[in-house]
Amino acid sequence: MSSATPPILSLRNVGKTFDVQGRRIEALRNANLDITRGEFVCLIGASGCGKSTLLRIVAGFESASSGEALMWGRPIKGPDPTRGMVFQDYGLFPWLTVRDNIGFGPASRRRPRKEIKETVDHFIDLVGLARFADVYPHQLSGGMKQRVAIARVLANEAEMVLMDEPFGALDAMTRERLQDELLELWERTKLTVLFVTHSIEEAIVLSNRVIVMSAGPGRIDSDIAIELQRPRDVAGAEFNALRRSLADKLHSHHAKVAA
Amino acid sequence: MSIAADRTIPPAAAAPRRQSAFEGSRLREPVLALILPLLLLAAWHLATTGEGYSLIPSPSAVAIAFYDLAVGGVRNDFFSGTLLNHVIASVSRVYGGFFLAVIVALPLGLMIGRIATVRQMFDPMLQILRPIPVTAWLPLAMIIFGIGPTSAIFLVFLGAFYPVLINTVFGVRSVEPRLFEAASMLGCTPSAQFTKVVLPAALPAIFTGLRLGLGFAWMIIVIGEMTGVSVGLGAIIMEARQLSRTEIVICGMIAIGVAGFISDRIILMIGRKLLSWSPNHV
Repeated sequence: MSSATPPILSLRNVGKTFDVQGRRIEALRNANLDITRGEFVCLIGASGCGKSTLLRIVAGFESASSGEALMWGRPIKGPDPTRGMVFQDYGLFPWLTVRDNIGFGPASRRRPRKEIKETVDHFIDLVGLARFADVYPHQLSGGMKQRVAIARVLANEAEMVLMDEPFGALDAMTRERLQDELLELWERTKLTVLFVTHSIEEAIVLSNRVIVMSAGPGRIDSDIAIELQRPRDVAGAEFNALRRSLADKLHSHHAKVAA
Repeated sequence: MSIAADRTIPPAAAAPRRQSAFEGSRLREPVLALILPLLLLAAWHLATTGEGYSLIPSPSAVAIAFYDLAVGGVRNDFFSGTLLNHVIASVSRVYGGFFLAVIVALPLGLMIGRIATVRQMFDPMLQILRPIPVTAWLPLAMIIFGIGPTSAIFLVFLGAFYPVLINTVFGVRSVEPRLFEAASMLGCTPSAQFTKVVLPAALPAIFTGLRLGLGFAWMIIVIGEMTGVSVGLGAIIMEARQLSRTEIVICGMIAIGVAGFISDRIILMIGRKLLSWSPNHV
């Protein structure tokens, strides 16, 4: 990506170690990454490669043990509304209706009531849940819950959306639908997305850039630009070639770790 | 799940199970609920009627005594027509002590559950005081609060305090950590999370505590009204016992049972309304 514009997010030599019952576990070593505004970046790798740790450091849920994580050049000190997270398990508030879940962020930031209502109406429409505005989360399907979670982050004016295997718990059909909807939202809103997945296909369908991570300790291994034309044809020759080369990269690490 | 299913609400629309005529009938529940009380009443009647002298009065004697206690006109003695006064006195003490317990235990429980310093400060002392039965507090309560309703309210307070506190702490401790992450990334400050996340998420457990606490409050009221008050359901039970008016004792017991049942239903109704969002709360 061009380095002329300042990055929205930069990681400088970020490392993370956890103390688990006296044992030090190095989850992430020396991660360097710049993301420019408007990029759609996927993090991919086997379990234990530190991709979720990296995402949680960017979100501000964990702090880096070494190095620094910067948003617009300023250190990330904790979670804040500029970076919204979409969790695999949704993280919706079960006692709030769809409408109030989406309005939670603006209400927390004490926006005027009228403005909250307009924002919520807009994003409920955008994710196609207008008919379910007054329903509680437990009455929704998984795909609908994840739409609420996405709308909740967008309604809060997040500049960057962090997604931690958001479609991992959904069936294949719903997952494809949500991937399409997410791409449409991304194109329309010019969001910056950092998306963790373990599906090679999902990474190629969605992103401009795939960051391949490897385990033991977790680190960034390669950074691959995906320049296929959108909408992307999953069955196309170019797509398959990319899929094969990414799979080879991932598997060679597996072999190394196992050896 | 198909695309179509993704657009509709699945659970509520489930088709009803096939039911037999009795199962489907609206009479089923009341009929089932009445079997045991009627059997008990029959056994009581058979055991106390026609056997000459019995220490336990028959159901019909209790029914007459209850009528006299409620409206008077049968014996026209010391107890006649006084039921309402006793009920009002006991209800005010039960709810007085209960609300006091809620006012203290609820915020304390939220803080003990959420703030380590508060937990380390309060928990050891509260755990030592907890096993002491309310009855053991009776002499001290009478010295500290004197003879009268204040002691009764204090004892009810003690009885209702722990169920509310322990369930609140449990509710707070079992809030999904994910919800705090979600709230904080949406810009909800840690102090605002008390009312926006902790309280609503712990509400199902808190309601369990409120129900238990109110139940305990009704159990404790008899002991509480042994502290030398003259009005109250506990007080007439004690007084009737000394006068060997066992039928009045049983009337007092029935009144407490009914009053306790009604207040439980009320709290249950409020709970159902506030917890309609929760799939596992009935």
